[in-house]
Amino acid sequence: MTHLPVLPILIPALAGFALLLLQRASLPLQRGVSLIAAVLGLVVAVWAVTSAVETGPLVYELGSWPAPFGIVLVLDQLSALMVLLTAILSVTALTAASLRGDAAGRVFHALFQFQLMGIQGAFLTGDIFNLFVFFEILLIASYGLLLHGQGAPRMRAGIKYVVVNLTGSALFLVAVALLYGATGTLNMADIALALENLDPADRGLVQASALLFLVVFGTKAALLPVMFWLPDAYSAAPAPVASLFAIMTKIGVYAILRVYTLCFAPLGDDAGAFIAPWLLGAALLTLAVGMIGVLASRRLRQLVAYMTIASVGTMLIPVAMFTQQGVAAALYYLVHSTLTVAALFLLAEPISRGRHGSDDHLEPGPALASGNTLGLWFMALAVAAAGVPPLSGFLGKAMILRESAGHDMAAWIWAVILVTSLLAVVSFSRAGSVLFWKVDQNTAPGARVTGSELAPVATLGGLIVALTVFAAPVQDYTRSTAAALIAPQSYIDAVVDYGVEGRADAIHQSETPTGH
Amino acid sequence: MSLLLIALLPFLCIPLPLLAVHYGRTACAWVTALGPAIALALLLGSAPTVFGGETVTVAWSWLPVLGLELAFVLDGYSLLFAALILGIGLLIILYARYYLSESDPMGRFYAMLLAFMGAMLGIVLSNNLILMVIFWELTSISSFLLIGYWRHLAEARQGARMALTITGAGGLCLLAGVLLLGEIVGSYELTTVLDSGELIRAHPLYELTLVLILLGAFTKSAQVPFHFWLPHAMAAPTPVSAYLHSATMVKAGVFLLARLFPALAGSDLWFFLVSGVGLATLVFGAYGALFKDDLKGLLAYSTISHLGLITLLFGLGTPAGAVAGVFHIINHATFKASLFMSAGIIDHEAGTRDIRRLGGLRHKMPHTMWLATIAAASMAGVPLLNGFISKEMFFAEVVVESERLGAAGWLLPAVATLGGLLSAAYSIRFVHDVFFGDSRESLPKEPHEPPRYMRVPVEVLIGICVAVGVAPALVIGPVLDVAMAGVLRGEVPYYSLALWHGFKLPLFMSVIALGGGLLLYLWRDRAEALHERVFPAITGKGTFEAVLAGAVALSRGITRAFDNGSVQRNLAWLLTAAIVLGGYGLWTGGYSVGDAHQTPAPWAAFGIWAMLLAAMTALVVLHRNRLIALILVGVAGLLSAVTFIYISAPDLALTQLSVEVVSVILLLMALRLLPEHTPRESSAGRRLRDGALAVLGGGGVAAAAYAVMTQPFTTISDYHLVNSVPGGGGSNVVNVILVDFRGFDTFGEITVLGIAAACVFALLAQGASATESAHRESNHPLMLLVGSRVMLPMMVAVALYIFLRGHNLPGGGFIAGLVATVALVTQYMASGIHWSERRFTGSYFPVIGWGLLIAGATGVVSWLFGAPFLTSAYTYVDWPVLGHFEIASAMAFDLGVFLTVVGAVVLMLANLGKQPAHGDKEESSWSS
Repeated sequence: MTHLPVLPILIPALAGFALLLLQRASLPLQRGVSLIAAVLGLVVAVWAVTSAVETGPLVYELGSWPAPFGIVLVLDQLSALMVLLTAILSVTALTAASLRGDAAGRVFHALFQFQLMGIQGAFLTGDIFNLFVFFEILLIASYGLLLHGQGAPRMRAGIKYVVVNLTGSALFLVAVALLYGATGTLNMADIALALENLDPADRGLVQASALLFLVVFGTKAALLPVMFWLPDAYSAAPAPVASLFAIMTKIGVYAILRVYTLCFAPLGDDAGAFIAPWLLGAALLTLAVGMIGVLASRRLRQLVAYMTIASVGTMLIPVAMFTQQGVAAALYYLVHSTLTVAALFLLAEPISRGRHGSDDHLEPGPALASGNTLGLWFMALAVAAAGVPPLSGFLGKAMILRESAGHDMAAWIWAVILVTSLLAVVSFSRAGSVLFWKVDQNTAPGARVTGSELAPVATLGGLIVALTVFAAPVQDYTRSTAAALIAPQSYIDAVVDYGVEGRADAIHQSETPTGH
Repeated sequence: MSLLLIALLPFLCIPLPLLAVHYGRTACAWVTALGPAIALALLLGSAPTVFGGETVTVAWSWLPVLGLELAFVLDGYSLLFAALILGIGLLIILYARYYLSESDPMGRFYAMLLAFMGAMLGIVLSNNLILMVIFWELTSISSFLLIGYWRHLAEARQGARMALTITGAGGLCLLAGVLLLGEIVGSYELTTVLDSGELIRAHPLYELTLVLILLGAFTKSAQVPFHFWLPHAMAAPTPVSAYLHSATMVKAGVFLLARLFPALAGSDLWFFLVSGVGLATLVFGAYGALFKDDLKGLLAYSTISHLGLITLLFGLGTPAGAVAGVFHIINHATFKASLFMSAGIIDHEAGTRDIRRLGGLRHKMPHTMWLATIAAASMAGVPLLNGFISKEMFFAEVVVESERLGAAGWLLPAVATLGGLLSAAYSIRFVHDVFFGDSRESLPKEPHEPPRYMRVPVEVLIGICVAVGVAPALVIGPVLDVAMAGVLRGEVPYYSLALWHGFKLPLFMSVIALGGGLLLYLWRDRAEALHERVFPAITGKGTFEAVLAGAVALSRGITRAFDNGSVQRNLAWLLTAAIVLGGYGLWTGGYSVGDAHQTPAPWAAFGIWAMLLAAMTALVVLHRNRLIALILVGVAGLLSAVTFIYISAPDLALTQLSVEVVSVILLLMALRLLPEHTPRESSAGRRLRDGALAVLGGGGVAAAAYAVMTQPFTTISDYHLVNSVPGGGGSNVVNVILVDFRGFDTFGEITVLGIAAACVFALLAQGASATESAHRESNHPLMLLVGSRVMLPMMVAVALYIFLRGHNLPGGGFIAGLVATVALVTQYMASGIHWSERRFTGSYFPVIGWGLLIAGATGVVSWLFGAPFLTSAYTYVDWPVLGHFEIASAMAFDLGVFLTVVGAVVLMLANLGKQPAHGDKEESSWSS
């Protein structure tokens, strides 16, 4: 029996518990525990990816209760990919925090591990209510991390963040309740089976639930019009935290992918058909307004935060096509944009620190002591983020454009993607030229940035380059992942097996006891 | 293989100048030249193959899904361009060695130059259209960096951004066009696309594809109306202007026109668009050059004009026109690069490039004068120089093609002649105003000849100008032949490189152009006065900056409209989205009420509902008083608990009750930190909006809930009921669900509780300490004090009892934890913070940590038995005295829950209690 699916959740959980016990212990000890857990998590994540490729969906029945009666974790290629991405970010963010910034509060490392636990759990669970639980974990932990180190702007941004997201959680409960009311089950694969024989009288409830889930996950993913909790929160958060937050919007994207290709697929003729028009509209508008926000930004962190939103819009456009190639392109872009945004947030910290009072305001300030190094990194990441050749952002966007060529809305999709790309180029070149070129020569530059300080950024940058060079193997992975999403039968079969008697009979017979 | 090396060598060599700069400037230049020199040698080594009629291709797979390959092609045309790029590049490297001053960071300059060179080579050598777009955009980026090289100059920064924006926009259009082209053809391989001209031109997407690709080409080659970035790019160091903005990068656009000539040319749309834009650019650029006082500005407009000329030639769509176009690309590269370098020398040695301040330099710089004069003469189209021959070909083609315009046929030759005339005029001005006339005294520097090797690059190029001009068929004929074979992919039409074609129309056009140019120069003052009267000062740059500033202002307005920082507005968006989407789903799917068995409501239920409604109405009215609002929220909670009791759900009731008590107490403590009343912030309109959202949202949820409750349904909970005792070892199904069936949810939720406690700590711990003064201690009611002491052991006993029986009867770790907490809270309330603080010393994190660890360990222990996380086991043991007893592993889990709840709540309580109260820190509203 392999416990692999539960490990990505348990490792940070146990580390977090231990760190609560060590709350008064020395910071180096806390760092050590935290870093070891993160590295362990990374090892396990790599194992998870290889295992998902080799053996297909791996189902883990918690408490030995069979699905759909207990809670299951499902490790398939999609969740493995997300787990790995999170693990990578956790190591780089934690390294950055250990180099600078984790001393500002005494529970940083515990909260960080809990945040990881919540994220990994959300990616792994195969149960819609359990997903809610993990949403709670990651929401509360992220709130704590956001406030870490305190300060009025963080408090203000934190209130908006937590109030909006808690309201989103309440909506999540309403949506789950409606769905449970109609299907009587919480297991996601089982929901799909239940909806195949949906009582027409319940259709309205299920549709309402499906659309409410779009609002809930849209809030997490930061879709228009429920995205404005993000810019303030992300730009106020400490750099390592913001860098880890790069994965948070992708939890919403993941949930959208998962739920609409699996649970609600029976609502339409094709996977996701029911939700597709809504999602496409929201994605296009999110990209447009997100990039308008990038152009409007007055601070670097704000710019990156809006860039996060815009990238979510970009990747949800092909998701809304619900085709294998579209989803594959979206997943490639997801990996790219997560790494890029995470690196940009990390890079914003030494830039704003080096500019004394000017901080990260996009206005002329003192010359940076390590201006050339930082500028080079900024340019590389800006190129990646804007989707300009030659880095992965370009490859991702080009694939999205290509896959959408045959879509009814192709003209709109192309226009929005291309025009927003130009806005990104304009915004990043403005920001870069102000930060690195338009400097006040009379003020003394600050301290130099050491090589080790930039190690996390360089690691993420190296991964972006690898993602570009090895685009084909990554794309092979995302394509087979997408195939399994679009045709989820293998996932469903792995989770619930009612045999020949069919679902209705099996649920009925469950009333006879089965010991375990 | 060597083709790949040629393409990548400049990129691979980028670090070299950065390292070599530490060994001196000359060493830096030599090391920089190494890569391009090797690449050029390799290229020339491959030349015999190409001249033999072969096309060399190499390809590696990159991203098959996208159709992207690392594929390169070397045919006559790409050979010609690659040789131009590398050859002129080497000359530029030499020139820049002397041009850059001591204070300019030379390593960075050369590194960026190499990056550009690699990108440019990539464009011309790519055999894959997407790969070509990649290199195309790389030239934009490296050009951005090179223009902004002197970063302290505002015009350099602006020029760099403008160039990037315009050419970047064009690059995006090109990408779109190329993707469409690939869709049409089914392949992104250049050679395949070039062989599919018929298919492409017949396709319904042809027009769109063509326009998009042309936008890419026109922006890059500075065609009207996208030309304005080029003059501003002149803020770059002169070697950059000579290399990028005259000889190579701006040629990428016309390169593409020729490269895709077999695929795209030949339609009417092509003819009108390309030749029309080319013609307009030709005249506009030449006209603009005439009135520029900056030497580089003059050359920039002249470049625009000549690019227009080349565009026009390709626009004609005839093979012969293409021959002339390619020929002029070569010629323009040679004479314009040498002119730019001459301008750089003048600027370098005289300290200014303002024509009005210069004059009479022939005495001080005779050598430079000769070089510049020959180059300018070539630009003007004077015989025996290469510019003359391609201009003759141009005039000849224009005359031939004018027939296509019918009655307006005279227009084409006339406008072409006008362009030539203007070209001659500004060429004369360039030479005469700088080198002749009176010497000026007030120059920033005392002019003198440049260093010997700074002149060498110019001399080499001038040598080519003259050699081609005197013996074109001999010098350039074979090269042009093989290049055109590449462009036209097959038969090259007959063309003549002879100097003398007899007394024909093109010759007269040349004579008119040269003679008219001279006259125009002589009457230049009058022309300038007219110019200033007729054309108001609308500049491309001004428009560009205004549009950009407008876009930024607009974007700020849009962003503010969505998010003004108000939490309420964010919530309003969220609720509106939920109401619209949820309502739409319910509406289109059909809303129906089922006929499930419904319990008739007794009078008691009506009583509860009435109280609930009254409490909520009061809340709406009185919400600004925080304390009352909180109490009313508590009422709602209590009534829920009562409802649970009524419908026989004791576990839920107990949980609800204890949660309600503890959370109200915590909130009361938090209230202490706030002012008593919330300020009135909402306008009437906003209250209306919020009211509408509340009614719609609440009504919608109620309607949906009613539908759910009245529909018959089967659930998985039947399984839970049946399996609770045999599978979970407990007869309290709710508890078994919590600790066993769905123990993982509970595991998560107690973690949430622990995190929440950590958050409270993170938020409040810093700098907090008890600030209440000593006299407050005596203020606690005696009865409460004594009562609470007596109650403490009893309440703890109750908590233990509830905990122990939880698996079979209503209770469990969660409720027990809350009850125990209430017992502790009572002590707080009765005795005050100081009394409690003395007793509850230390951190509460260990309690939470151990609780969570116990819960987690219970789960992990099941691994030892080969079962998944959180698998429970139970057994019955006979204990002396106590009798038959059940031991369930789930109880250990429940113990973890218990400890976590106690630890978390007490920690929150302790930290909230330590905070100084709002205002003057006197009143603590809950203890008095």
